[in-house]
Amino acid sequence: MIKLNNIHKSYEMGSSKLHVLKGIDLEIEQGEFVSIMGSSGSGKSTLLNILGMLDNYDEGSYHLAGKLIANMSEKKAARLRNEMVGFVFQSFNLISFKNAMENVALPLYYQGVSRKKRNVMAMEYLDKLGLKPWAEHMPNEMSGGQKQRVAIARALISKPKIILADEPTGALDTTTSYEVMEILKEINEIGITVIIVTHEHDIAAMTQKIVRLKDGRIHEVIRNGELSEFRYKYSKELQPA
Amino acid sequence: MFDIDKWQEIFATIKKNKMRTFLTGFSVAWGIFMLMILLGSGNGLSNGVASNFMNDAVNAMWIWTGETTIPHQGLKTGRPVQFHNDDYDLIKSLSGVETASGRYYMGNTRYSYGKESGEYTTVTCHPELNTVENMELLEGRFINSVDIVETRKVVVIGKDIKEALFKDIPALGEYVNINKVPFKVVGVCIEPGSTRNRNAYMPVSTAQKIFSGGNRLHNFAVTINGQTLEESQQIEERIRSTFARKLRFDEKDESALGMYNKLENYIQTMRIFQAIKIFIWIIGIGTLIAGIVGVSNIMLIVVKERTKEIGIRKAIGASPASVIGLILLESILITTIAGYIGLVLGTGLMEGINYMMVQSAGEAAQQGETVFLNPTVDFNVAVAATLLLIVAGAIAGYIPAKRAASIKPIVALRDE
Ligand SMILES: Nc1ncnc2c1ncn2[C@@H]1O[C@H](COP(=O)(O)OP(=O)(O)OP(=O)(O)O)[C@@H](O)[C@H]1O
Ligand SMILES: [Mg+2]
Repeated sequence: MIKLNNIHKSYEMGSSKLHVLKGIDLEIEQGEFVSIMGSSGSGKSTLLNILGMLDNYDEGSYHLAGKLIANMSEKKAARLRNEMVGFVFQSFNLISFKNAMENVALPLYYQGVSRKKRNVMAMEYLDKLGLKPWAEHMPNEMSGGQKQRVAIARALISKPKIILADEPTGALDTTTSYEVMEILKEINEIGITVIIVTHEHDIAAMTQKIVRLKDGRIHEVIRNGELSEFRYKYSKELQPA
Repeated sequence: MFDIDKWQEIFATIKKNKMRTFLTGFSVAWGIFMLMILLGSGNGLSNGVASNFMNDAVNAMWIWTGETTIPHQGLKTGRPVQFHNDDYDLIKSLSGVETASGRYYMGNTRYSYGKESGEYTTVTCHPELNTVENMELLEGRFINSVDIVETRKVVVIGKDIKEALFKDIPALGEYVNINKVPFKVVGVCIEPGSTRNRNAYMPVSTAQKIFSGGNRLHNFAVTINGQTLEESQQIEERIRSTFARKLRFDEKDESALGMYNKLENYIQTMRIFQAIKIFIWIIGIGTLIAGIVGVSNIMLIVVKERTKEIGIRKAIGASPASVIGLILLESILITTIAGYIGLVLGTGLMEGINYMMVQSAGEAAQQGETVFLNPTVDFNVAVAATLLLIVAGAIAGYIPAKRAASIKPIVALRDE
């Protein structure tokens, strides 16, 4: 599904250059549930943005569903994003002057779906996430968990192959975080690849594979089977030193 | 363009930001409003002056003779120059001359009917005089060519003469004594733009015969078919040089042959108004440009405010073109609607002034001199202004829209 080969990425900072990704090799299969971890500034968001075609890479190759993603026009990238990827952000990124239903329906607008049809579909997805009564509410009238569920509905409505979530639980309390993770798990179970960036070990532990970034490189990849050990290690980390 | 969804998107944002939209629109509305008022006033002034000219045919020319002041071919100065009937045939045959009427002055003439009598001016003329001076006939007809050929004793009297001599009795068909010779009244007329109608018109041939004028003529009133100032000056020159040769005086001798060319005056005056109009357009367009810059500025701020929103839209699949469309259409919508309001208010005000002027002036507006007439703006100009507004909106929105399209979602969405 996703195949990264020696990906490099640097940002120009005035005269100097900041080398953020220093050769990432990564393969993610269809239907995997992956979390990306690492310290702040290690390049997690950068990697996710490249995966989501929001940003270009400098070197290497990125294949998505067998297609090389490189040198695309903005228009083509926008269409591909719309068809393939659903985004979930830490700060929800809902459009403030649109109600929940309109926010959810927006990706379909860019697919040219008629207003009536997309509103019906938006209601369907809101219903799935238990937000039907909130359809007419504006984002500022909703709690963080509700907003994130609206954002997830919006990410799902275009029936993407991949959900990319950058710290989806970063702004939520533990209970709500677990609810959101539960939803993401259900999404994963219907076959959608889910990739999340997180700082929290307990959140990462709910995924099937953890990719740890360190200093622009993949430090370690912890797979399904090893996760129990990771959980053990993680619980030890939590104990006061 | 006619995508309802796109418009709903735009209306949603406009509704969210009413104050901002109002301020943006106001500058454009004001620009158009001022432009319409300026143009309307300019038109009013120019129409007023034009209508004063129009009382006579615009292309009218008057030619009269005097005494020579420059020695010519051995002839001394102070020699009187005189037109005769053959000069009338000559001037009629000149190219560029449309119609011509000769005139013979009779001095003071006494008109009497029954017990009433009075002194009035008698204008002796050819039928063509009516083309030059645009008389309006209240009753009957003007002098015609049969009157000239048969030297009929007929007269067309001015309204004031009719009222003084005939009171309420119908004058048509009655005989009025002019210097004791009876003439049949065939018409009553007024001169538009004049408050005195004390002239009477009689066939020039009759006047020459009855009042012993021989074949002498005193002046000509002609209309010419020159379109431009140059053409009309050429015709003037041609007439002058023809008569200079025939009547033997120096071509530069202004007092031997006097000429007044209305077209020349008209064109020169209209040129001034043309200049004023251009000036008004420059000021108006300037005001409009200020409005456009204002819109452009506000739209730039709008784009900045909406950076995050645009980033979100792009992340979930908005193409650069759709983002440009969003900003551009909003800009065009605001400028067009606001500009249209300015247009309606501006033309409405001018129409209102026009209406009040017509109401208060009433009858008098047709008589006498007017400085201000019909101060309204052409429908064509209004349409042009509307198109201009749409273009203006597009220009105003272009830079902000480009800015919006270049927003990178990763930058817009980065959490502070
Ligand atoms: N658009 C950009 N221009 C310049 N530098 C950038 C840009 N985006 C990210 N960086 C820099 O690249 C580095 C990696 O950023 P990135 O956002 O990928 O880190 P991260 O792992 O997501 O960190 P965090 O956990 O704090 O979100 C950081 O030092 C950051 O300052
Ligand atoms: Mg990050």
